[in-house]
Amino acid sequence: MFRNQYDSDVTVWSPQGRLHQVEYAMEAVNQGSATVGLKSQTHAVLIALKRASSELSAYQKKVINVDDHVGITISGLTADARILSRYMRTECLNYKYSHDTYLPLNRLISQLGNKMQICTQRYDRRPYGVGLLVAGYDDQGAHIFQTCPSANFYDCKAMSIGSRSQSARTYLEKHLDEFKNASLEEIIKHGLRALRDTLPPENDLNNKNVSIGYVGKGQSFKILNENEISSFLTLITGEERRGAAASASDQPPAARDDPSGDEGPRDPVPAVAMDTE
Amino acid sequence: MFQEAPSFWQNGPAPGSFYNFPNTTFNQLQNSASDAFKHSQSPVTTATSIVALVYDAGVIIAGDILGSYGSLARYRNCSRVLKVNNNIILGAGGDYGDFQYVKALLNQKIIDEECLDDGLKLKPKSLHCWLTRIMYNRRSKFDPFWNNFVVGGLQDGVPFLGTVDKLGTAYEDKIICTGYGAHIVTPMIRAALDKNPNINKAEAKALVLKAMEVLYYRDARSYPKFEIATLDQDGVEIAGPIDVSQNWEIAHFVR
Repeated sequence: MFRNQYDSDVTVWSPQGRLHQVEYAMEAVNQGSATVGLKSQTHAVLIALKRASSELSAYQKKVINVDDHVGITISGLTADARILSRYMRTECLNYKYSHDTYLPLNRLISQLGNKMQICTQRYDRRPYGVGLLVAGYDDQGAHIFQTCPSANFYDCKAMSIGSRSQSARTYLEKHLDEFKNASLEEIIKHGLRALRDTLPPENDLNNKNVSIGYVGKGQSFKILNENEISSFLTLITGEERRGAAASASDQPPAARDDPSGDEGPRDPVPAVAMDTE
Repeated sequence: MFQEAPSFWQNGPAPGSFYNFPNTTFNQLQNSASDAFKHSQSPVTTATSIVALVYDAGVIIAGDILGSYGSLARYRNCSRVLKVNNNIILGAGGDYGDFQYVKALLNQKIIDEECLDDGLKLKPKSLHCWLTRIMYNRRSKFDPFWNNFVVGGLQDGVPFLGTVDKLGTAYEDKIICTGYGAHIVTPMIRAALDKNPNINKAEAKALVLKAMEVLYYRDARSYPKFEIATLDQDGVEIAGPIDVSQNWEIAHFVR
């Protein structure tokens, strides 16, 4: 069952010059729960919204430690993220073994990008169905990188990916100038507010469904426990939420609109093959 | 009466294998296939001591330019202190061929890093660690690179000096001499630095010059021409060949 004449294989072009399978993989990222990454001069922070697949199950882990100086959050297929995080851990470890220092972030990300690209150009592969936000600190300072299933990666001041993440990006764009000189506490508060904007009005953040990880100058990557998360959440409770009623216009998250458009059928909403987190 | 019949198959090969002709070396050749190779068990063209120390603002590494065939002073222009990049200088003793091989590896590494074009440059601690891995890896194959390497540099502005030998044994110190120099001039340099811990570049150069002079008189594998590499905030400077001042007047007193 194909939605489209040109999406049967990863390597098949559409006449409009698009790779539909890769674009479908990009859509898997939008199905995952939202996550926010932002940085100041001294710290890079990751904040993620966790989902539980049922009342009986625990919340699925969203923040993964890679090395002392790197951590990631994921949106999309968790299983694919585990492959990528294992690869990143190996690369960091090998570099540390042979060079006695931490792998610079830009090198890690470009190696990861090269690995992910291969899957977009071979008929016997599929793209990784996961987007990552990578936070790290090295000699060049704090970094936030975003990676996509299309194997593109971006060096960001702040970014959010996952379902309804447009609302978080709107918040981040609005407050972008405040991040640079902000303290760690302020930047975590900004991240929490941005993440809260992705929630429908009837839901709110709590210490069970939020994950926070950060890294910075003299601070190795740390994932906060529930108590520590609570203390940060209390700092933003009671603040008025932006556009709490108007969030309907934000969803579904508008994938980067292509003004040229594709004459073919519209991008489908894929049937769920695997749960995304 | 009938004799006992001889057994059916005497001195024959085991089923499936060939007969071993007696009194030949033919069969021993079977195992000399290409899976055999020789490990290096001794160096060939060798270079002698490296003398290195940290001064107040940088590091200095010196070595003579002789390549010996055993006790024969075979090659008289073998440079063995070099600039790796703006942060690192390197000195090498031991087998000159192995040094050239490792130098080629290192140059390729520098080129690979340059090709990434991310503006990051190798730091001395990283190179020291990398060399340690290379050396230990080869000694674990029982085929060591027969060298002593001395890595000097500025690690984020702080002087660094480290060494690694053919076994992969590595350490950092303010004073490092390898080979014969480790025995002969290390105590002399230590004594000088104990008296005056913060020497400047000129004093360091004078001290190294003295060390090379002592080594020339004492080390039968040394040579009166040497090179000095220095590295500090002003950059890398490789000077030489410099002549050791010689005075053989004392020879007249030896009877």
